[in-house]
Amino acid sequence: MSAPQRPRPRPVYLNLLAIRMPVPAVASILHRLSGALLFFFGIPSALWALQASLGSGAAYDAFRACLAHPLTRLAALGLLWAYLHHLFAGLRHVLADVHVGSELKPARHSALLVIAAALAITLVVGVRAW
Amino acid sequence: MVMPAKKHLVGAHYGLADWLAQRVTAVIMVLYTLLALGVIAWHGGLDHAGWRALFAHQGFRVATFLFVAALLYHAWVGMRNISMDYVKPLAVRLPLQAAIVAALVAYAGWTIGILWGQL
Repeated sequence: MSAPQRPRPRPVYLNLLAIRMPVPAVASILHRLSGALLFFFGIPSALWALQASLGSGAAYDAFRACLAHPLTRLAALGLLWAYLHHLFAGLRHVLADVHVGSELKPARHSALLVIAAALAITLVVGVRAW
Repeated sequence: MVMPAKKHLVGAHYGLADWLAQRVTAVIMVLYTLLALGVIAWHGGLDHAGWRALFAHQGFRVATFLFVAALLYHAWVGMRNISMDYVKPLAVRLPLQAAIVAALVAYAGWTIGILWGQL
């Protein structure tokens, strides 16, 4: 009887710079990235904005002045993109849970649609805001 | 029932329940987003006075708080998943998760202050 073979270690190849990610993987990592962005910056920013926007007189004027700054607008657009991408990618997940579009081809199409829709709406809002 | 020999202190504990909670909280947030956009569109946009009047409405305050509560629970599940993927040492992950929970509870208090404290 031969000695039991040791299982061969599975190949691990995780050079992120050399891996070519398929579109669903891009949508997936952006879902995670946008979620982290929303936690670290989105929630405190949104609460601050809600508080300032509901303030009266001087507080509201300071809020408007802050929002007039191009960098603030850029940051707000970034968070808008994060919200939209996270929302659309999340809806895609829920649909996949009930077996809608979970085949490879529609999954690729919907991933591309999620990425494109979030970018497109962000772009439209950005153009209108400027 | 055979209990596992070693339980993971900062693991997920109840995967299926959190999987479901992540979707239920997401649906609550989608509905609130549609409600807020709908109300604003219904009024044809809101000026400062209209914005303040909207948040003076008790029903909208409760809806907003429900949204934020769903958001904070959703953020907890998501951030915990991220920490379980990237932060392996217990001595780092446990304080990190504690800090995340502390931040989320503080945000809940801040939200109540905004919604019911100043108007």
